[in-house]
Amino acid sequence: MLSTIGLPHYLTISAILFTLSVAGIFINRRNLILLLMCIELMLLAVNFNFVAFSRYLGDETGQVFVFFILTVAAAEAAIGLAILVVLFRNRRSINVAELDSMKG
Amino acid sequence: MFHAILFYAFAAVLIGAALGVIFSKNPVHAVMFLVLAFFQSAVLWLLAEAEFLAIVLVLVYVGAVMVLFLFVVMMLDINVEQVRESFTRYLWLGLVIAGLMIIELVNLVWVKSQDVLGQTGFAATPEGYSNTKALGSVLYTEHVYAFEIAAVILLLAIVAAITLTMRRRPGLKQQNIAKQVSVDPKDRVRVVKMDAERAE
Repeated sequence: MLSTIGLPHYLTISAILFTLSVAGIFINRRNLILLLMCIELMLLAVNFNFVAFSRYLGDETGQVFVFFILTVAAAEAAIGLAILVVLFRNRRSINVAELDSMKG
Repeated sequence: MFHAILFYAFAAVLIGAALGVIFSKNPVHAVMFLVLAFFQSAVLWLLAEAEFLAIVLVLVYVGAVMVLFLFVVMMLDINVEQVRESFTRYLWLGLVIAGLMIIELVNLVWVKSQDVLGQTGFAATPEGYSNTKALGSVLYTEHVYAFEIAAVILLLAIVAAITLTMRRRPGLKQQNIAKQVSVDPKDRVRVVKMDAERAE
């Protein structure tokens, strides 16, 4: 059961990665850049699911989807980091608790 | 058996790296752990015979996105102690939620859907199968519109990142190209007519 690597093993790895990144979002609540890194880790966990199911079903569409997720994640990282740089330039801080000027 | 040993070894390093990302004190170390996690994931995808995506993950993700992260982390002067202060307050909440989620997901994969997923492992790919070739033949025919939209999204990301971070500093000395080009020689050079003088 444990010696033949199949779909459940990949799904378990993906589940562990996803929960670790959720825990990371809770733990590093203050630091915006670590929040972005946890989101990257979460997207990696989702990609694991797509790759494993694509291999399991013998259908390449899942891997094409991973390709598009990687594209969108790269765009998201670029824009997120640009916003972060502008934020730091204006406020000299990336602490989420200090970003309360809109009183939301 | 060898395949299983490789899988477990790389998966263990992957989970260790993910723990390093969320628990490391220094953001630079966190980025380095994230790079390690991406490398381990690429190896695991290689073991699942998704070779093209494994290489793309290393080249695009580690080579471009993570380096971008590293640049930004090193450019911003983050006060580590101040950020750390809230660390322990939410530690237990995060760990309890993560524990509950992992129990539910493992239960779902290993107990509830045992008869659906089966335990046989992945089916062998046919002889002479090329993952990159198969992916390309699907990507450029069936999903070609999605591919072009992905290209537009990347263009949008370029434009957005440049417009967000561009700023005009006051008092900056720079050339005015239009003024330089439209200048008239008569405004610059004054031709003076005078008689030649005899040398002493």
